[in-house]
Amino acid sequence: MSPNRRDFVKASAVAAAATIAGPQLLKAAPPRVILRSTEIYADDLIAEALSAAKDAGAQYADARIGRYRRQSLNTREHQITGVSDAESYGIGIRTLVDGSWGFAATANMTKDSVVRCARNAARLSRAAKSTQRRPVELAATPQVKGTWITPIKRDPIDVPIEEKVALLFATNEAALKVPGIRFCTSGLQLLREVKTLGTTEGTLITQTFIRSEASFSATAAGGGNTESYTEELPPRSQGWEYIEELNLPGHAAEWAQVAVEKLTAKTVDAGRYDLILQPTNLWLTIHESIGHPTELDRAMGFEANFAGTSFVNPPEKMINKLKYGQPLMNIQGDRTQDHSVGLCAWDDEGVPADKWLIIDKGIFKEYQTTREQAAWVAPLTGTKRSHGCSYADSWDAVQFQRMPNVSLLPAEKDVTLNDIISATDRGIMVRNRGSWSIDHQRYNFSFSGQAFYEIKGGKVGAMLKDVAYQAITPVFWNSMDMIGGKSSYWLGGTFSDGKGEPSQSNSISHGCPPARFRDVNIINTGRNV
Amino acid sequence: MTPKSLYQAAVTNFLSRDEAKSLCDRILSFSKADETRVSVRSGWAGNTRFAGGQVTTSGDTSNTTVMVQATIGKKRGSATTNVLDDESLRRTVDLAARLARLSPDDPEIMPELGPQNYASISNYFENTATLSPEQRAAAAKKAIETAESVWKDAKSPGALFMAGFLDAEAGATIVANNKSLFAYHRSSSVRMSDTARTPDGTGSGWAGSNARDWSQIDPVFLGRRAGQKAVQSRNPVAIEPGLYTVVLEPAAASQLVGQVAGALNARAAEEGRNAFSQRNGGTKLGMKVFDERVTFYSDPSDPEILGDPFDAEGFPEGKNVWIEKGVLKQLQYNRFWAQKKGMQANTGGGGGRGGGGGGGGRGGSVRMAQGTKSLEQLIAECERGVLCTHFFYTNVLDPRSMMLTGMTRDGTFLIEKGKITKPVKNFRFNQSIVQMLNSIEEIGKADRAESGSPAPPMRVKDFNFASLSDAV
Repeated sequence: MSPNRRDFVKASAVAAAATIAGPQLLKAAPPRVILRSTEIYADDLIAEALSAAKDAGAQYADARIGRYRRQSLNTREHQITGVSDAESYGIGIRTLVDGSWGFAATANMTKDSVVRCARNAARLSRAAKSTQRRPVELAATPQVKGTWITPIKRDPIDVPIEEKVALLFATNEAALKVPGIRFCTSGLQLLREVKTLGTTEGTLITQTFIRSEASFSATAAGGGNTESYTEELPPRSQGWEYIEELNLPGHAAEWAQVAVEKLTAKTVDAGRYDLILQPTNLWLTIHESIGHPTELDRAMGFEANFAGTSFVNPPEKMINKLKYGQPLMNIQGDRTQDHSVGLCAWDDEGVPADKWLIIDKGIFKEYQTTREQAAWVAPLTGTKRSHGCSYADSWDAVQFQRMPNVSLLPAEKDVTLNDIISATDRGIMVRNRGSWSIDHQRYNFSFSGQAFYEIKGGKVGAMLKDVAYQAITPVFWNSMDMIGGKSSYWLGGTFSDGKGEPSQSNSISHGCPPARFRDVNIINTGRNV
Repeated sequence: MTPKSLYQAAVTNFLSRDEAKSLCDRILSFSKADETRVSVRSGWAGNTRFAGGQVTTSGDTSNTTVMVQATIGKKRGSATTNVLDDESLRRTVDLAARLARLSPDDPEIMPELGPQNYASISNYFENTATLSPEQRAAAAKKAIETAESVWKDAKSPGALFMAGFLDAEAGATIVANNKSLFAYHRSSSVRMSDTARTPDGTGSGWAGSNARDWSQIDPVFLGRRAGQKAVQSRNPVAIEPGLYTVVLEPAAASQLVGQVAGALNARAAEEGRNAFSQRNGGTKLGMKVFDERVTFYSDPSDPEILGDPFDAEGFPEGKNVWIEKGVLKQLQYNRFWAQKKGMQANTGGGGGRGGGGGGGGRGGSVRMAQGTKSLEQLIAECERGVLCTHFFYTNVLDPRSMMLTGMTRDGTFLIEKGKITKPVKNFRFNQSIVQMLNSIEEIGKADRAESGSPAPPMRVKDFNFASLSDAV
């Protein structure tokens, strides 16, 4: 944990410590503080950095200290294939000089080093200024002071490694007992991140993020063939209690059985079908075909050289005009959602977490924004504030616009998956994510899955294989005519969404109910060579 | 030497050989494990990103990261930190040993290597290691202004949108263990790419290159090429998806043939998991798998590759021919799998352990042998086909046939009677790389792409474009 004088003083009074609270604040447990005699307090280093940046000519600066602890454990059958525990600690300083950004970072946490680093950031700002055409302007945001911690019951990093190994081996053992199973893998990815941000506008906040994820995959062999099945086990902003709730050993056999069933699945006849996507598959389609194209930096060309641009562009022709889908389609951006991995109290510019509709009754309304971007579209949306989408994946990476949790809201009426199946005469149902690919403006995509089922006359039929659905984004979403209700809503997500140069990894969740799409192109991916 | 002086040295640049040796000896002295390996990466990176014709973000970072791997009997564990005071290093050493003790026996563990002999490879260039923010901004400006002048020369209305990225890094990679192995190597690398988009949103062009030596990157050339492709790609026409002869520029070819390097893992092939597995067991070693003009090899001393002389275990990297004239000659055997199968190890086994999935991180240094013809000749000799600049979001649909899907991007053109006649809309492809490397018409002279080893352009028949996209 990052040592922090304020944490130390106010460790038992978290709620009172915040002048502007994130929605989870009252649920928060007191942060635990580990002070190390060899380190300087985070607040003091940040004050040094901000002062040096101002002296070097910055009109605005922020300094962010991050201490990351990442633990991963991977197993295969009865062996551990990797155990790693990584710690990373340092400071990143961002400066705005005459409307141009600069950024520098160092792991050397001495006052002298941090001062040099701040001056270097200002030097980068001035180098950028030599190319400036449009100066950066920041949307106003309230000054905030406070601490926040992910609400958890048990810190997953502190759980003894024996307990973790025992859990994974019990999982593998249960899977290997299933006849036909030849290999299986399981793993855990655990994170504790303490981040302190200070700005020259007076904001000073410390947040502790805890995130946990498990993985499981089984491979069956038979009849000269092998098939694998990977269960969709989403990451969550929760502690060890989440891993326990997943009950991996209790479910491993049923998951492994799917791999065995895949051995005798029949290959799909390519053609057009109605498609029922379970939430375990749909979340990724939302991510790729709605989450990414509604990033404002992407729409404005900032990602043109790497991740691409967006078909949701130009803003003046899209906001309140683009019919993304039917009126049953409501898409929400949200960094306040319980257990989601995008959950925070403030973003990496100190902007309070936000929740807003990106698509309202099928019509595109708002992009994802940072402080720099808010003004670009404010005249069109009337929203002057940043939606709080600034994030950096490490102390040595500059913060920029990243996706919040982006979710498809469930229907008001409580429709179940069975209701959707019953209403479908000829279709294919897809479970979990498989291979995926989408173009650089997010029009044309291809998604596969882990298991596929024929739907005939309102009933689930034979298992299929070699299925991928390929479609054009607005056509696909406008073909969605049924969605599940609240009880069918499920939160998927990932620890590793890549964007930016140098590439950074973002954690996001996507919630959704199951949904039906009409007349979708299905290809057969199997090929003998 | 005190920890503090080591730490500060890393900030101004990166660890020298002597500093690295001191640091490793200090860490090793803290360890009571049977075997201990220390892996260090110490370096600097400076990047400049631009969009809308101006620098948007840029950054300079420096860091030194230490990974300690402890082996106790047949058990192994590792821990990583970038906090280099004695207290943190001791904690990291202790944590690695604790993780090892808690792990069950690993039947695939291999002992740490003793001292090794490494090829002498010089891939560190001072001009890359000292590339300043001002130089990077000036390079971005040159690329931007060159592309914009191409646009003005084409007498086109409005302003071209230019975006791009320049990234330089320099540092040292160190592997040491308590069996007297000490490997130190310093290297540098730099890459630059840019994308030009036309104001009407109908055209986009891209160019990119990477090198060890900054003087081999030409921002003016990259700006001009991206600008020219943007101009030429305006108002693309839709042509029917289907099987086409394609000319793949080096960047496009590199993205597809890179799959071959990933499939060379002996263990995956023997376990029936990849394209070099036989359907009824065994591998395709010794069998003809591709067209006889196809050869893949790795050689870190190749002046066009300049790879590192050792891998994460400190195992020496050497020259290996994997596929020769279309025949699968070798697969990648790590030390454990080689011992088990009675083969010669040709890779150490990566950073973690002796066994595992096998196959070290050689992907970046595997190279496809080149031909003699230029890209222009490949186009000139094409009766009818599609020219692909590069691809986007390629992903595996089926590893056993190396079936990939992905999109064309930033310059896709129809070739008719040896000439580029018109820009065409982008395609999604669904294509087996095994089939593609058996459908070659011509392999050209290699050029640098944005990342990885230089790749040859290729002309290939019956490439499967499955659908169209309006994406520009």
